[in-house]
Amino acid sequence: MDIRQISVFLENKKGRLADVTNVLAKQGINIRALFLADTQDFGVLRMIVNDAGKTLQILKDNNFVAQETSVVAVEVEDKPGGLNRILHLLDEKDINIEYMYAFVEKKADNAIVIFKIDEHEAAKKVLLENKIGLLTTDVLEKL
Amino acid sequence: MIWNKEYETMEREKLSALQGERLKELITRVYENVPFYRKRMDEAGIKPADINSIKDIARLPFTTKLDMRDVYPYGLLAVPEEDIVEVHTSSGTTGTPVVDAYTHNDIELWKEVMARTLAMGDTTKKDIVQNAYGYGLFTGGLGVHYGAMKIGANLIPISGGNTQRQLQVMQDFKTTVLTCTPSYSLFVAEEGKKAGLDFASLPLRVGLLGAEPWSDGMRKEIEEKLHISAIDIYGLTEIIGPGVSAECEYKDGLHINEDVFYPEIIDPDTGKILPDGEKGELVFTTLTKEGTPVIRFRTRDITYLMREKCQCGRNTVRMHRSLGRTDDMLIIRGVNVFPSQIEEVLMTIQGVEPHYQIVVDRKGQLDSIEVQVEMNDRLFSDEIKNLSKAEKMIEEKLYATLNIHTVVKLVETNSIERSLGKAKRVIDRRQL
Repeated sequence: MDIRQISVFLENKKGRLADVTNVLAKQGINIRALFLADTQDFGVLRMIVNDAGKTLQILKDNNFVAQETSVVAVEVEDKPGGLNRILHLLDEKDINIEYMYAFVEKKADNAIVIFKIDEHEAAKKVLLENKIGLLTTDVLEKL
Repeated sequence: MIWNKEYETMEREKLSALQGERLKELITRVYENVPFYRKRMDEAGIKPADINSIKDIARLPFTTKLDMRDVYPYGLLAVPEEDIVEVHTSSGTTGTPVVDAYTHNDIELWKEVMARTLAMGDTTKKDIVQNAYGYGLFTGGLGVHYGAMKIGANLIPISGGNTQRQLQVMQDFKTTVLTCTPSYSLFVAEEGKKAGLDFASLPLRVGLLGAEPWSDGMRKEIEEKLHISAIDIYGLTEIIGPGVSAECEYKDGLHINEDVFYPEIIDPDTGKILPDGEKGELVFTTLTKEGTPVIRFRTRDITYLMREKCQCGRNTVRMHRSLGRTDDMLIIRGVNVFPSQIEEVLMTIQGVEPHYQIVVDRKGQLDSIEVQVEMNDRLFSDEIKNLSKAEKMIEEKLYATLNIHTVVKLVETNSIERSLGKAKRVIDRRQL
């Protein structure tokens, strides 16, 4: 049920993000979701793609520093309070979210939220206990 | 103004004879009292009796910074420890610091050569000297302090930093002579300008500036901005601190106090003495120092000597300002930094690979040093805070060794140029 996220180190330089999307496009990689966290000097690009293993290999072949990280993907009803409930559950158990980002699903009226949580297993347990559906890589890649 | 006419204008023949006598006395003294020198001389097959004139200095072995570090702290002491009245050390940025231990007479010597230095800027007892060199183990602060005391000038021991206060004191006490590093004098000029201070209206007339390399372009800028005459002074902890040489009003090379600090220019590869005017490594012997005398110390500064008579009337030999180094030492804000030290620190950090570059720049008026470190799989994290933490951790480790603040910047893999030969580690953007 873990989602494989690819993270890439990028300097804050013109054209670097395009360099990444360019090598991936050429090899037929489809980026499902993307989030860029940055500082003044550098950024970390986080992506959910249709083939994590292949993406990692392509990036490494092109001299990018990249790694695979396990994240949790949750389907959230696209209505007020949807996200709040989940955050509340995690907070109650003192589970800290390192970062998160969201995107909207095309085929349904749901949003998908990606969480990076250090206490990964504990977080999954809490979410499952509360009947919150976790998405699998298969599902996510086929969206 | 010439402080000591007798020594500073002495005829060459008489000066050479004096240097010879002093060398002979020095060598006898160190052979008897310093095992380090005795061993070196024995190895070279030289006895004190072999030294009869200043020319014989060529037969003596050299002393290096490494030698001086190996015998830390008191291995070069030529007098009983109780005769030491003051100690200074180098910043120790390259490892163990170098110790300069002064006897009462050594302090008197320091006062004398610093009085000569201050007199190069026409400093008299009527002057107000604002001493913005740092006080402490660093020799700059107290060196100037002693010289000003000898002259009887009004000495303001303000030390470095706190620029607003420097500007206030400069106005309130009507400073006429400023002593600090050249880069700091420019910083003072900039801050003063921001505060709306008109330096032309102040009595400040001369700056005695040293402890880091600078250029004629920078001199011009300092002179225009502060409305002063900027004079270059030179010294090093291993010899005495400031007071080794300084420019006179003609600013055509630095007059060396050669009656006490004997200079030579050698070929850094062969050790052979080079003729006047030829570029090579500057070497000094302290002819009269008692506490920690130094025989043929290799400064690693590249320069040449000028013996043509100077218009100021002094007869002492002049050295051109340092034209470079035989090593890759950088001087950042008065602190000596070797790229190899930075590399050593980086290599102790888990996950850091030997791909780095050092960018030295002068932002505003102060030197800055940026260390670019290449990202790799072991250092990488998908969390920004971990990457920022890594930068901070490297900065702290560098500070612990170098004693100066650096800015560490993580850069992409392969973004630092790979070279087949000697890697170009340093990009110096300062216009020196």
